[in-house]
Amino acid sequence: MTEYNFAYLDEQTKRMIRRAILKGLAIPGYQVPFASREMPMPYGWGTGGVQVSAAVLTPDDTLKVIDQGADDTTNAISIRRFFEKTAGVAVTEATSDASVIQTRHRIPEEPLRDDQILVYQVPIPEPLRFLEPSEVETRKMHSLEEYGLMHVKLYEDISQHGAIATAYAYPVKVEGRYVMDPSPIPKFDNPKLEMAAIQLFGAGREQRIYAIPPYTQVVSLDFDDYPFEATKADHACDLCGAEDSYLDELIVDDAGARMFMCSDTDYCAKRRAQGHVGAQAAEDAA
Amino acid sequence: MQAAALEGGFQDVPVEAAFAFRQIMTAMARPGTIRAVDGAVPPAPMSVAAGAVVLTLCDPDTPLFLSPTLDTPEVRSWITFYTGAPFAAAKDAAFALGAWDDLSLDAFSVGTPEYPDRSTTLIVAVDHLANEGATLQGPGIKDSATLSLPEVQAFQRNAALFPLGLDFIFTCQHRLAALPRTTRVS
Repeated sequence: MTEYNFAYLDEQTKRMIRRAILKGLAIPGYQVPFASREMPMPYGWGTGGVQVSAAVLTPDDTLKVIDQGADDTTNAISIRRFFEKTAGVAVTEATSDASVIQTRHRIPEEPLRDDQILVYQVPIPEPLRFLEPSEVETRKMHSLEEYGLMHVKLYEDISQHGAIATAYAYPVKVEGRYVMDPSPIPKFDNPKLEMAAIQLFGAGREQRIYAIPPYTQVVSLDFDDYPFEATKADHACDLCGAEDSYLDELIVDDAGARMFMCSDTDYCAKRRAQGHVGAQAAEDAA
Repeated sequence: MQAAALEGGFQDVPVEAAFAFRQIMTAMARPGTIRAVDGAVPPAPMSVAAGAVVLTLCDPDTPLFLSPTLDTPEVRSWITFYTGAPFAAAKDAAFALGAWDDLSLDAFSVGTPEYPDRSTTLIVAVDHLANEGATLQGPGIKDSATLSLPEVQAFQRNAALFPLGLDFIFTCQHRLAALPRTTRVS
């Protein structure tokens, strides 16, 4: 026999991950420890997300993988090929065709449906880690619901910058209980965390799995006088003209000229196929 | 060991376990949703669904509690052969298997404040499973859902323990539904 076990991992490992996923769904926002395995890719390349995907995939699934919104980056392509080879699943770049979407640092622009699953790759799952390095302490803080330190951090943002300067990995409170790191998604994506799809988070190096069931209340932390704002570059996409999507800023020549384009490549491509034209594309056509 | 104990497991373990887990996960993520599983033929009185849940989730790492009516040599040897799960007292169990009237909820672990995940998941056999009766609200439920629960108060007490608490998987023939500790029952 030369083939891999279905979805690469051995069955006992998948059972262990599956049990962690169920407990994660039962305690939304709580980080469940799991015995993360070595994967055939380095830490930081999505080993947590890959293990969660491997435990969730069935042969009937269609998988989409994005890296900061893009389907065509090295990381996304290699993970997609990994599961094509080891699980024999169909793959797609279209958000609406996918049943499982593994993502690094973005939520697709297109609203997800209740038959879809979103798997996040998480580098540092502990939102309090940079404020309190001790795991013993942060675990105690979560158990006592002692989150004052996080508000102090946001307050220091305001006192230094005049606004909450945290732009990604913006902390949220899940179902009024656990403060959770939504992984380094831009805070523009935070309002989308309340969605119809199941959201699973895997941190391989840090050995944690957590989850948000569909329609779970997810509130971005803020203050009454400094309310949360889902910000993006004040611009439209230069390729498709979208004004409602999260944008990447690109320096395009030595003179410092720049352009903005949708970070979600599938969203942008679909809009262009529908005939939407942005400023840059119109210029090129002229 | 009787020959019957060597039959009734998944035929294609990785694939059948993957399909079964997706159904179990969907049920846990969306309380009130009833899903069907198959592939397991456990000895009576275990249902197909209870068998599939045990095959999918239990192994030598998960101490399992059997309620008295299920605790037969046939059930024990079937579970031992297919999963290797050690049998344990209620307080030490990661999973518990039995009929509702057979399980005394106070005996099981609800986790600790620092590790609320270290709580028992109960696989409860019910005679009737349908979207009627008790109203469910909470994470995983859009507005509200209904599920035929064997009782209401026990689940209200359990939900009040959040983030501690027990999680339930109800099995009836080849169908299952789940009720995590977050669900508010009325």
